[in-house]
Amino acid sequence: MHEMSIATAVVDQVAEAARAAGATTVTSVRLLVGELAGVVPDSLAFCFELACAGTVLAGAELVPVPVPGRARCGPCAREWAVGMPPDLCCPLCGTAADELVSGRELQIAGVRWHDGPAQAPTCERIHEES
Amino acid sequence: MCRVVDLQQAVLAKNDDCAEQLRADLAARGTAVVNLLSSPGSGKTALLELELALAARRGVPVAALTADLATENDAVRLARSGVPVKQVLTDGLCHLEARMLGGHLDGWLPADTRLLFVENVGNLVCPASYDLGESLRVVLASVTEGEDKPVKYPTAFGLANLVVVTKTDIAGAVGFDEAAFRRHVQQVNPGVEVVLTSARSGAGVGALLDRALAAADGAPVHSPVMAGRQPDRHHHGDHDHDHTHSHDHPAAHTHADVAAVPGR
Repeated sequence: MHEMSIATAVVDQVAEAARAAGATTVTSVRLLVGELAGVVPDSLAFCFELACAGTVLAGAELVPVPVPGRARCGPCAREWAVGMPPDLCCPLCGTAADELVSGRELQIAGVRWHDGPAQAPTCERIHEES
Repeated sequence: MCRVVDLQQAVLAKNDDCAEQLRADLAARGTAVVNLLSSPGSGKTALLELELALAARRGVPVAALTADLATENDAVRLARSGVPVKQVLTDGLCHLEARMLGGHLDGWLPADTRLLFVENVGNLVCPASYDLGESLRVVLASVTEGEDKPVKYPTAFGLANLVVVTKTDIAGAVGFDEAAFRRHVQQVNPGVEVVLTSARSGAGVGALLDRALAAADGAPVHSPVMAGRQPDRHHHGDHDHDHTHSHDHPAAHTHADVAAVPGR
């Protein structure tokens, strides 16, 4: 059960970014959760609520975005859904996948926050490079 | 004002950065880490006792750090080999993290250590997500655990550089189906080597030490498909986010690094 460690890491990183941007309240956090990331979304949501308490994220909603596991075969030049448990050998030719294209993400994506006094709910979408 | 900010930060970036730093620091002093993962009771400690004793006889400077929720029993057993051993009590935490490991090495790890064996907390779930700065990740399973263990715990087995089967002396008695086990390992980690061992009979003992020394000497280790593209590792660690700026094309923006695999 390492979801508490994961939740704490999410809260720390978002709080740090919010502080740097002068945000006062974080209302939601979108988190990409790969099929092979080894994290249970329900457990993570529970831990996230606890980890948010007393921070700028207090009361924030965690929005998990599942990312299916996909692998790519070089010789066949095709991708397939690896499934669970994953099969990382090509279903056509049987050779090992060249790479796992997706499925291990544990990545903070969009974060919704307020900076400055609350105003009308017009959301400006901005992007922050990492 | 309400904003939606696209942070794109890997959650485990801090651990991965810390692990990368630890790997570099240890490499600079000639030490390689071997991270041993398995379920409780798989025989990690019994095999490690023999590997440490063998290293001591061969004059290879090794050390071992063993993590458990409670008791110093494992450290007492491993220390019989005569090599430096440290017990870490995690107070209930189910895994080790790179920063914790680094902290435990300060002031303890002898300067001339060639190999540091880290016996992770007995658990096939959580430790799999944390890079400890190891050069070789080994996952062990005993013949009593069932041939389908690798597909039940795909992340642990899928990220291993080496798989070790233990207690093969009782394989016949428990009806261990080696071919099925190997098939399941290949499904989640095609190409990884599987080594058969028995601490009781001595079969296969020394293989772990040999593989670890080869890795420490810079020999290429198996690269698991699940570990993804290693060059992306640093990219995710780059979480300098002081430069917020707006885009004119909010919906169309894509991120080259979204699909990349964080961590190992």
